[in-house]
Amino acid sequence: MWPYILRNLLQRLVLLFIVSVIAHGVVHLAPGEPTEVDPSNPRMKPEDIVKIRKAFHLDEPLHLQYAYWMRDLFSGELKSFKDSQPVLPKIWDRFLNSLPLFILATIIIWTLSFPTGIHAAVRRGSVYDRSTTFIAYTLISVPGFFLSYLAILWVVSVLGVPVIGMRTFGMEDALPLFRGMDRLWHLVVPSLMTALGGIAVLSRYVRSQMLEVIGQDYVRTARAKGLPEDQVIYRHALRNALLPFVTMFGFLLPGLIGGSVIFEQIFAWPGLGRLGYDAILSRDFPVILTINFIAAALTLAGTFMSDLLYAAVDPRIRLH
Amino acid sequence: MAEALRNMQGEPDKAAQSMTHETPFEEFWKLFKRDRLAMVGLGVLVLLLFMAVAGKALTEWWVVFDPAAVNLVDKFKSPFSQASALVPADVRPLAGIYLLGTDELGRDVFARMLQGSFVSLSIGFVAVGISVFIGILLGGLAGYYGNLRLGIMTVDTLIMRFTDVMLSFPTFFLILTAVALLPPSIYNIMIIIGITSWMGTTRFVRAEFLALREQDFVVAARAMGLPERRIIFLHMVPNAIAPVLVSATIGVASAILTESALSFLGFGVQPPFATWGNILSDGKGFIFDAPWLFFIPGIAILVVVLAFNLVGEGMREALNPKLRRR
Repeated sequence: MWPYILRNLLQRLVLLFIVSVIAHGVVHLAPGEPTEVDPSNPRMKPEDIVKIRKAFHLDEPLHLQYAYWMRDLFSGELKSFKDSQPVLPKIWDRFLNSLPLFILATIIIWTLSFPTGIHAAVRRGSVYDRSTTFIAYTLISVPGFFLSYLAILWVVSVLGVPVIGMRTFGMEDALPLFRGMDRLWHLVVPSLMTALGGIAVLSRYVRSQMLEVIGQDYVRTARAKGLPEDQVIYRHALRNALLPFVTMFGFLLPGLIGGSVIFEQIFAWPGLGRLGYDAILSRDFPVILTINFIAAALTLAGTFMSDLLYAAVDPRIRLH
Repeated sequence: MAEALRNMQGEPDKAAQSMTHETPFEEFWKLFKRDRLAMVGLGVLVLLLFMAVAGKALTEWWVVFDPAAVNLVDKFKSPFSQASALVPADVRPLAGIYLLGTDELGRDVFARMLQGSFVSLSIGFVAVGISVFIGILLGGLAGYYGNLRLGIMTVDTLIMRFTDVMLSFPTFFLILTAVALLPPSIYNIMIIIGITSWMGTTRFVRAEFLALREQDFVVAARAMGLPERRIIFLHMVPNAIAPVLVSATIGVASAILTESALSFLGFGVQPPFATWGNILSDGKGFIFDAPWLFFIPGIAILVVVLAFNLVGEGMREALNPKLRRR
């Protein structure tokens, strides 16, 4: 067990290193430097560009730039090109903004997908099964921002409440209770829209997993023993069907960054995805690279956790 | 789509042949036909293919609909409205009627949608083509030559670790970074979507190859002294292609969605090309004044992506060996 964990950790560190090298290469080798964001600015003289490039180490060879980035990242000295603010606190602030959105969306996804998927599997071929299947595919196929705009229009015109941003402007002096309600309200619509795609995918996965298990011999045995149908489904089948989902907790982590760019942009939510988007627009290399680095580290940590969890819950699997 | 299905006719499946006299394709088709949603999806896709070819022909080679003609007198005309008499004859829409209305510059939305159907579809197909090519190549190498040692590691380790590296990138963020930093061009978008989405294909082609390598017909082919190139491309690839086709079908759907998401963020295909994604994202600003600019491309994307997904799932079900013998 322990040798497996150690070896696996080491492998993942090597992977992370390679990922960071590739990301660094892609970002620095692609045309377009921070100095060229505003080429029409008449006050930008060639000597200024040389000065800026020197200050950001952009005139050094690539491997030295990588070394500078790594040194600054791990000593916490890394500064944004755009406003010279330290990168890590900046990312941390935005992370705290993204976190509630992520948590609420995850809760919505997991609480809605399981009942929907199990019910569809148990009544395979019924009207309920076919209609949820169709709705799930529709949700997977609709462009996220199209649906979100419709939702915003509907919420604003029917319910008459604002949905943009994290809080209502001018509510700073309100009672904490009202401020909390305001925050919660602003949270609900974006997290629901973020969750829709996830519900569709996960409920389909639950359905196919349940179907797989319901076809197994031990379920037939349980039925043959004369057990009530509820007990067969929820005791015998569901428990076994749940196994793969334990591991999915591990895959949740990277979703914190990757999937949120569009929705944070639509709802003007000042989270990590938007920070990344703004950094890309202004060629803020340290911020882009660090977000990418953190995302890769989270992905690797997630798959590592899911391996361990799988071994922990399924006695048939031994790590060696 | 139709070509892809026809290719599968040649697929040798001994078990199926020994039971019945149907070819594997006939068996596949019988199962696929039972799925009504997938059949509707297939119908939509055939229609779309015609529309895309017609779109290319009628907007570029023999210009009946001009997607670039700007008529400021006719801006924000609703669908089915008459063109104004001030519009010069050579840029008038067919029969003087804007079928799907006009946009903020008075361009014919129908012409733009026609042009966009070809561009959107070709983004999907080229991106998936690239990812399937890389996937089969790397997956096949890892599966067939996996045990070969290159210095300190085997080919299999090298390729699969590289796949892991690519899987560790946050995909959409990587696509966004690359598209934003490279010069804006439709080809860059196709290539970037393609080279960031081959990992799944590689994994299951490798798994299929590992299983196939030990099968009797491959051992026999090797014993007969066939060149490896023949064994791989004529005997193994056709047997491993079914799951690749399923994931390619769904891949086209997600490439079209990715393109529309990029357009929304302002990094999509640049003018003069119209794609459904950028018509939609331009239309979002006029959702109150000209709702058709928003709803027509949005619903078109929804229907087409849905059709690709339904066909892909229908294929997956029909190719599922557990369902085949029923």
